[in-house]
Amino acid sequence: MSDTVSIVIVSHSPDVARGAADMVRQMVGSEVKVAFCGGNVEGGLGTSVPHIMEAIDAAWSPRGVAILVDLGGAETNSEMAVELLPAERRSLVVVCNAPIVEGAVMAATEAAGGSPLDRVRAVAEELSAD
Amino acid sequence: MDRHSSIPGRNPAPRDADAAGETAKGSVMLVHAVGMHARPAVKLTKLAKRFSAKVAVRVAGAADWIDAKSVAKVMAMRASPESIIEFEARGADAQAAVNALVSLVALDFPDMAR
Repeated sequence: MSDTVSIVIVSHSPDVARGAADMVRQMVGSEVKVAFCGGNVEGGLGTSVPHIMEAIDAAWSPRGVAILVDLGGAETNSEMAVELLPAERRSLVVVCNAPIVEGAVMAATEAAGGSPLDRVRAVAEELSAD
Repeated sequence: MDRHSSIPGRNPAPRDADAAGETAKGSVMLVHAVGMHARPAVKLTKLAKRFSAKVAVRVAGAADWIDAKSVAKVMAMRASPESIIEFEARGADAQAAVNALVSLVALDFPDMAR
């Protein structure tokens, strides 16, 4: 189960995050680990660095983790969460510049084929290339 | 079932591979009710990636071949129901790849075991 790159979905909304993760599981399958988080610590819309770190931990794969985010704070908080990881894990986690739902499905499809992290990221980012 | 078997009554992949035995072609009608949309595209891409051969796909008559291992490109094909999908593969397992992909489309994208 950990022989593929994993996916983490970070949205301001827990419903969006859960829904995107459901789409990955149903469309791509269960061979790629998917974790998600959404909402701030008070339960409102927002993102939280500790929650993102927990999601990275839950999805952890030695092949790496690709994070898909929605708006501004989700990206900056995800980058902060990556910086707070142990040094040996930091280089194995990337934040993708891609639409959250489409990017998650396409990244997971690429990951399911056993592709390395940089390839998974590139496929997700193809969507915003032009 | 053996996913490499041909489907009776469907257009079988021709076995006239070139001298090197490394090119294979096949075509099949897309029977999916909504065409090649997201879910079928994911299944097609995942299956294509199981093979080492380079696999190209297109709607019959289209000018350009698409990399069947690129989910973004396959999704963007927007093939409509009852269009003919063509595959062309090059590589050691080209024939197996084409057979498997033709079966996938002919059987309307059944769930696959890993």
